[in-house]
Amino acid sequence: MSSFLSIDNVSRLFGPNLTTGEKIAAKLGSKVETRSVRAVSDVSLSVRKGETLGLVGESGCGKSTLGRLIAGILPPTSGSVTIDGKPVMESGTKVTTRVQTVFQDPFASLDPRMKVGDTVAEGPIAHGLTTKGAARDYVAGWFERVGLDPVWADRYPHQFSGGQRQRIAIARALAMQPDVLICDEPVASLDVSIQAQIINLFLELTRDLELTCVFISHDLSVVQHVSDRVAVMYLGRIVELGPVAEVFGTPAHPYTSALFGSVPKLVLDADELVHFETIDGEVPSPLSPPSGCYYHPRCPLASAQCSAQQPATQPVAELRAVACHHFEQQLAKASA
Amino acid sequence: MSDPVLSVKDLKTHFFTRAGVVKAVDGVSFDLAEGEIMGLVGESGSGKTVTGFSLLGLVDAPGRIVSGSVRLKGTELTALTDSELRSRRGHDISMIFQDPIATLNPMLTIGQQMRMAIDAHERLSARAAESRAAELLTQVGIPSAKERLRAYPHEFSGGMRQRVAIAIALLHRPAVIVADEPTTALDVSIQAQILFQMRDLARETGTAMVWISHDLAVVSSLASKLAVMYAGRIVEQGPTATLLRDPRHPYTAGLIASLPAMAAPGTPLTQIPGTTPSLLSLPAGCPFAPRCDRATDLCKADPDMTHQDNRGWRCFHPVTRTAEVPA
Repeated sequence: MSSFLSIDNVSRLFGPNLTTGEKIAAKLGSKVETRSVRAVSDVSLSVRKGETLGLVGESGCGKSTLGRLIAGILPPTSGSVTIDGKPVMESGTKVTTRVQTVFQDPFASLDPRMKVGDTVAEGPIAHGLTTKGAARDYVAGWFERVGLDPVWADRYPHQFSGGQRQRIAIARALAMQPDVLICDEPVASLDVSIQAQIINLFLELTRDLELTCVFISHDLSVVQHVSDRVAVMYLGRIVELGPVAEVFGTPAHPYTSALFGSVPKLVLDADELVHFETIDGEVPSPLSPPSGCYYHPRCPLASAQCSAQQPATQPVAELRAVACHHFEQQLAKASA
Repeated sequence: MSDPVLSVKDLKTHFFTRAGVVKAVDGVSFDLAEGEIMGLVGESGSGKTVTGFSLLGLVDAPGRIVSGSVRLKGTELTALTDSELRSRRGHDISMIFQDPIATLNPMLTIGQQMRMAIDAHERLSARAAESRAAELLTQVGIPSAKERLRAYPHEFSGGMRQRVAIAIALLHRPAVIVADEPTTALDVSIQAQILFQMRDLARETGTAMVWISHDLAVVSSLASKLAVMYAGRIVEQGPTATLLRDPRHPYTAGLIASLPAMAAPGTPLTQIPGTTPSLLSLPAGCPFAPRCDRATDLCKADPDMTHQDNRGWRCFHPVTRTAEVPA
């Protein structure tokens, strides 16, 4: 498999920002929080050109942090991200415009005091993709591409609805002519009827522009719809990776299975209320994760081995990998 | 069927702003039987939250209930004075809000807050109040409840905080609970636990619920009947399974069809064109007509609710997707 976007052994720690006083206090034995959170822990992924990789998990699992590491917004503590062999970041600075991001909240990601046309033009002018004189036509082209009327370029963000703002955010990302697009919950804040419009736009654009995508969402049905492959994260680690239909159809990790089981589904042919599986307990604090496999305190298949030893990521089938000691048992359960 | 615990008739809540009158709720009617859960579904701005607030008389200026009736166990709530209403709130009807962080007072322990909620309506000894509070916490799935009463809200996770809010709402065994998107801010695995518990609680205690949500899938797994709101009015209502399988209003049909689960992966989704109208400048006639592919000249008039069996819809050109649904 030829890899276009490579994420190699990437980790990211967040430590507390201690003031000098707090550091001294900690040394003197006072109760100052000095532990770090390992938000992303030794993640390796490779994405082919034109492929959309879905990234799912519950809040706090590190999916957004991983997205920011890939986009070059945050420097990794260790490991590297490369596009077509070239690094995204060098010594803590982003050195490429080939990866761009669309964020969840289009209300927060657009400058309220800037005309939206100028917001979209700012990056391309700074990086020489267009000139100040030609910027208007350049922006108009991208506006049409995302289904906005080019005459709206002179308006301000508050004059648009949520769906239209997300189109502007997409136009801004695409105007940089990226090869890789990171979408961090792009439809989470939109209404259902608008969500469908943006998903359709996304599908059309990624196909036409041959974009390589990382699509982050907690909404499994959205990820299932847009992705080729999906990675499931739990407490900073990737627990399962594989083609969407296979991972959703026969989950190899007990967490994947439980996560899918607990999503309320729209069932049209049942007169009885649907019974759904629930996962016991809550996600543990990432400040003090459990030993061994992070999922073992909530896992129905957990054994002594699971609390002692962290499972290695191992191949299950072609293109599929899982980090679980008992994946064969889980697979047998899933296919039954 | 016995008398409904909650009966809402032609409820209208309008907001009188400088820009004009916003008809946030414009003629909402429904009945709720004991132990029944109704899902109130709609997109943002459809008036579902204002409907919930109106039931408890929580609408602030510039808004007010302009007409209609809310009868709770035979008492007309809209006719009560503020203090009479306060004695009902939390006792006969209570509300669970979306954001459990904003609901709880960060300066007080969970026990103190539950004690205040108990004292508002009942005189109990400290010991009795504590055991009542602990009992409720246990019921909503909080382990070692007695110790947790001494904890502050920040010591709880989001899911646990929402359980506390639910426990407070249940303290006086109200006849009706209005729940406004209580699981929207939670993770799916926690959401599933809470939905499951609420379903059981409603059955055990006979508490009826109005469950407000934008998520059809969530309410379909919880509610026995649904009401779909659009632009301040209920455009369709009926038993959950019937309504989802065989929607009559084009908006309901469009909402269901636009879900990613309804299309093969990677294929374009069915989309409803346009956006929800501003409540300040509603089109004359059916408010959905400008986005509707079935609209005709007839839709320039406002359709009334058409009733058939135990369901109803407000549309001149209802969808008939399946010929006949087997009973």
